[in-house]
Order: sequence, then C-alpha cells, then structure tokens
Amino acid sequence: MKTIKTLLCATAIAALSTTAFARDLVMNANTSDPAQKEAMENLIADFEAAYPEIDVKFNLYDHEAFKVALRNFLVSDAPDLITWNAGNRMKVFVDLGLFEDVSDVWASENLYEQMPAVVGASSVDGKQYGVPYAYYAWGFYYRKDLFEQAGITETPSTWEEFKEMGAQLNAADITPVTIGTKNLWPTAGWFDFLNLRVNGADFHADLMDGKIKYTDERVKKVFEIWEELVEADFFVENHPAYSFQEALPFMNQGKAAMYLLAPFIVSMFPDDVREQVEWFPFPIIDESVGIYEDAPTDSFHIPVNAKNKDDARLFLKFAAAAENQTKTAGTLDMLPPNINASVKDDRFAQGGFAQLSKADGIMQFYDRDTDPALAKVGMQGFQEFLQHPDRIDDILERIEVERARIYGAL
Amino acid sequence: MTDMTSYPVPPKPRHTTFYSRNKLVITPLLFIAPAFAMFSLFVIYPIIQSISLSFYEWQGIGPKKWVGFNNYDLLFKDPVFWKALVNNIYWLVLFLLAPVLGLIIALFLNQKVFGIRLVKSLFFFPFVVSQIVVGLVFTWFYDPAFGLIAALIEPLGLKLPSILASEDWATFGVIIAGLWPQTAYCMILYLTGLNSVNPEMIEAARLDGARGWRLLVNIVLPQLRAATFIAIVVTVIGALRSFDLVAIMTEGGPYNSSNVLAFYMYDNAIFRYRMGYAASIATILFLIMDVYIVWFLMRLLKNEKGSR
Repeated sequence: MKTIKTLLCATAIAALSTTAFARDLVMNANTSDPAQKEAMENLIADFEAAYPEIDVKFNLYDHEAFKVALRNFLVSDAPDLITWNAGNRMKVFVDLGLFEDVSDVWASENLYEQMPAVVGASSVDGKQYGVPYAYYAWGFYYRKDLFEQAGITETPSTWEEFKEMGAQLNAADITPVTIGTKNLWPTAGWFDFLNLRVNGADFHADLMDGKIKYTDERVKKVFEIWEELVEADFFVENHPAYSFQEALPFMNQGKAAMYLLAPFIVSMFPDDVREQVEWFPFPIIDESVGIYEDAPTDSFHIPVNAKNKDDARLFLKFAAAAENQTKTAGTLDMLPPNINASVKDDRFAQGGFAQLSKADGIMQFYDRDTDPALAKVGMQGFQEFLQHPDRIDDILERIEVERARIYGAL
Repeated sequence: MTDMTSYPVPPKPRHTTFYSRNKLVITPLLFIAPAFAMFSLFVIYPIIQSISLSFYEWQGIGPKKWVGFNNYDLLFKDPVFWKALVNNIYWLVLFLLAPVLGLIIALFLNQKVFGIRLVKSLFFFPFVVSQIVVGLVFTWFYDPAFGLIAALIEPLGLKLPSILASEDWATFGVIIAGLWPQTAYCMILYLTGLNSVNPEMIEAARLDGARGWRLLVNIVLPQLRAATFIAIVVTVIGALRSFDLVAIMTEGGPYNSSNVLAFYMYDNAIFRYRMGYAASIATILFLIMDVYIVWFLMRLLKNEKGSR
C-alpha cells in the first residue's frame, strides 16, 4: 500500500512539473494542401523557437473533414486555436457563442491600423473574433502562349474586349475558359464577379444576407450577361464531370486558355505550363460601378471553451506580426493582411495585391458570405444554368424558395 | 476486505427455487439479454433518436427548435427529394440485374477445367476492391476527354456523350459502376450454391430427357432457392444504401440529377447543417426499408415454420 501511495505521489508531482515547464497549446487546422501545411508548420516552428516553454500540438484535418469535426470539438473538447475563415463563416460560430472575443489582441497590437483591409471581415458588432493570416485575390490565370497563338496581344479590361478575346480564341480552336463544376464552388466565382461588376458590392452584400429576392430583375440581368458567354461557347463542355483540379489538364494540354480561380491553383500547374501562365483581373462591365473584388480571408480563432487562452493570444500576436505574415503568406502564394508585411515578389501575388489595393471594397466568397444551405442550392443552380441557360427562370425560382425558407418572405 | 467472508450462506432449497421453477423462461431471456442490450443501445435507441430529431430544426450545435411536421412538409415539396426517390427506384430495379448476371457467370464458371480457380477469383475481384476505387475507375472510364471508353470508340468515329455530366445519364452511369461489384458478389453466392446441387438429381433428370433450359429451370434453380433469396436480400439492401458511389462519382450532380436519398440526407446534415431535415429523410428511407424488412421477416418465419 505504501509503495502505491509513493508511486501515486511521484506521478502527480511529475504531472505537475511537466505542466509547469511545458505549456501545451493545441491547434486544430484545415490547412491540408502541401503549401498550406508547410506554411503552418513553419509558423509553428518559429513560434516554438520564440517561446521555447510552449509546446504546440498541431492536428491537421482535411478541408471537408474539418468542417464536420469543427462542430464537434468546439462544444466537446475544444483546442486552444483553430484555423477558419473570416466573414459569415466566422459569424455563425460567434452567434452561437463559440468563438472568443479577441478585440484585446487587436487593440494591444494596433491591428486596426496594420490590417485595415480585413477589419470588417473579422468583426461582428464592432468586436473582433479572429486574426487573419492570409487573404487572396481571385482572377484569370491564363496561358500567354495560347493568347499569342490566337493573336491576342493585350489582356482585356472591358466586357467588350473580353468577349472579343473569347471569339479570337474560339477561332483559333482554343476553348476560352476551363472550369470544373463537380465541386460547384468554381461557378460561384463567376457569379460573384458578374454581380459585383454589374450591381456593385452593396447589392451583392444584401443578396448574400437574404435581403433581396433571387427573382429580382437585377439578378436576372447578371444571368443575361453571363448567358452571352455561355452562348458564345466560352466554357469547356461537360464541366459537371470534372472537379476543379480535373479541369486543369485542358489548360495544361493547350485546349483551354484560362481559368477564373485563386492562387492555390499556381502550384498545381506543371513547371513548363506555369512559366506560360499569367494573371489578369476580372474585366469592368459597367464603368459607373466601382471595383469590387472577392478576397477570401483565412484566419486564426480561439474557441470559447479553449483551455490555454493566454498562450493562444500569444500565438495570435505572433502570427499578426509583419515579418511572420510576410513569411506565411509567401509560402501560401497569398497576400499578408498586415500592411507592413511585404508581398512575395512574384507576378501572381503582386498582380493580385495591386488589384486589391485598387478595390473599392471586398467580399469573401459566395459560399462564405451566405447561408451554407442557400449557397449549395444557389451553386447547383449556377451549374445547371451553365448547361441549360434557357432554364434560368425556373432556376432562380428554386433558389428563391430556399432563400425565403431561410431568411423569410420579402 | 474482511466483510466478503461474512457473506450469508443461502439455505439449501428444500423443494425448488424460483429459478429452477422458471428455468425454461429465464434461461433464454438471460442468453438474449446481452445481445438485446447492445441492440437497443446501438440500433433501436439511435432510430428513436433520429425519428424524434426529424421534428426539430437543428444545425448540429446550439439550441434545437421544435417545428412539428414542418420538415416533412418541406420535404414533400422539395423537388430534389422526389428526384432522389425516383433514382432510388431506378437503383432498386436495375440492381436486380446483379443476381441474374451473377447466376449466368456462376453457371459459366462452374466447370472443372485447368485454371478455373484463378478465373473465379478474378471474377470475384471487383467485390474485394473498395467501392471508392470502383467509383474512381469508372469515373475515369467515362471521362469524355481523357477516358478509356472515349479512346476506344473515337477511332470508330463515335463520340462518347459525357455520361456523368449529363442529367439524363449520370444515374445510370453510377448504377452500372455499382452493378460490377454487386454481380461479383451474387456470382460467389451462386457458385457456393451450385456446389451443393445434388448431382444424383441432375443425373436422374438427364435420364428422363431433361436438358438445357428445362434442366436449369426445373431442377437446378429450385435447389438454388436459398442462394437466390440471399442474393436478392443483399442486392436490395445494396441498392437502398447506395451512397459511396454517388458520393465519389457525381456528388449527386449534375444539379441533383443523380442524387439518392442516402446521399441527400448526408448532404443536408454535413454540408447544409440541416440535421432535422436530414433526419426526416432518414425516417422516410427507414419506412421504405421497413416494407422490405417486413417481407424479409415474414419469409424467414415461414421458412422456419416449414422446417420444423
């Protein structure tokens, strides 16, 4: 009996001493793509080097699995830190009271002045609930050599030029645009940009918040403009059969010239193709409408049920610092939200940065800005529209039913 | 530690104990109890729980809101639900080809020649591979730009329609992929069934002049009744559970044209955070399966009575 007691005491002391010396910081992340994984591991290594007494336990999840797991671990066994997205996706959990208010971190590090572009996306009712580590621009990734082959010397900046460019590419037997719609969300990039260019950001934000009917004439106008492209054979055939990566070979094989997407596509091109790839922003449709862009923002959050919130705050401060933002965003091929950080010296990051600096306002992305159930029905509608533009009235009617179910009749 | 020894010794029963009087009732109950407890905890309780969940609006976390039959009301007005239900019926009907094809292959393979064991195992192979792999392989087969079928028929001047991108063909494309492993499974069931066919009966039938089709229908098939029953049971269950192939090949698309109830339920629960709505789909699926389960149980009871 005595020996047992001694043993118990010894283990208890050992346990106490380890907690005293090494402070565990548990982090659950969805950064599973190769570049994302590397960026996160580097950031953690740097953090541990700066704070040797803190031991970061890093749990990596696949993107979709994370969406499911998040809802479980936030209520049952919360980690100290998570990666997630700013905007409506964050607001869902803030409204449920599951994300910690980190306005104190914003105030103490003066992030309001250092990260002006992402304050809005990180705030709910004037309080901040996360610290962004990267954001990125959407735009056209195109093959310069194919453009030259079709006799195109300049990238289009107006809608007329854009359509003209498509006609030239089609004449040269190159499909202008590749898109894989099996995952649905690539279609939403098109809708977002067309709606932002035609109706502006205020209208778009209201639509995302369910304050405008999908059967509104202004929404129909967007699809009329989109239909011009569908009718002019802008898009590859059979796109519902391909995931977003599976649509890339069309570009790699020179059958299609461009893809409306985000920087994570860059590392997926084979080296010889990537050399030919350049970037241009979505063209202007209506001169009187400002330049609004999609710029999805990825950020760190502290769950309300976290155990080690002090060290989690240390991590947020560390991740917000300019030099760490430079490094992380650089590895990700994305942009650092901190204005004192430097943007990677590469044509995609610089191009996206220049465009966002010009922007009159930014949105997150269709499936980050609106209700997830509505986003799904909406994107299925966009996919069907691309196959059957004549069904647009039915499609909008169906999306409107879902909008009305979620946000109430208007 | 000492109080254990002071356990009172029960007096020896003079006549009978309660247990020995009711032995015939209690013993079976005791044997059933562990299984029943497990079954209640892991099968019956979740069923009741998900049926009750279907009367709530709930996003997986946070408060639940009682909505009565509202989920069912929405469900019956949801065109995707009806589309998925119709697709489930396609699955059910077309999947019954699996026992037929399985029987044909089994009859063909049921011969004693050199190397037949290898051939049999090759035919069984698709059932061993994971459904996910089957789905991926067929997706690549069907690919209209880079796929094998396209490459084979292009020299003939034919153009493959994109099966998985077409609202008319996607479901059938997925069902064909599902039939491949299911046929292999039915084949194995029939092969084992054929092993137990009484050779004397065949011989007697032959002597009486039966051959070919008549021999098969009147002599062989009746002896394969048990195998047929099992083959149909697993096939119907397989058709109603169809989920993995849909998830991997089309995700229910294009725009829900290849959706089935099981996948639509998953989609609502996991990606749209509509747990109550998903539970109402699960309940409907459960009711559909009940029809079939009742038929199955009645068959089973009848068979057992017959064998007594």
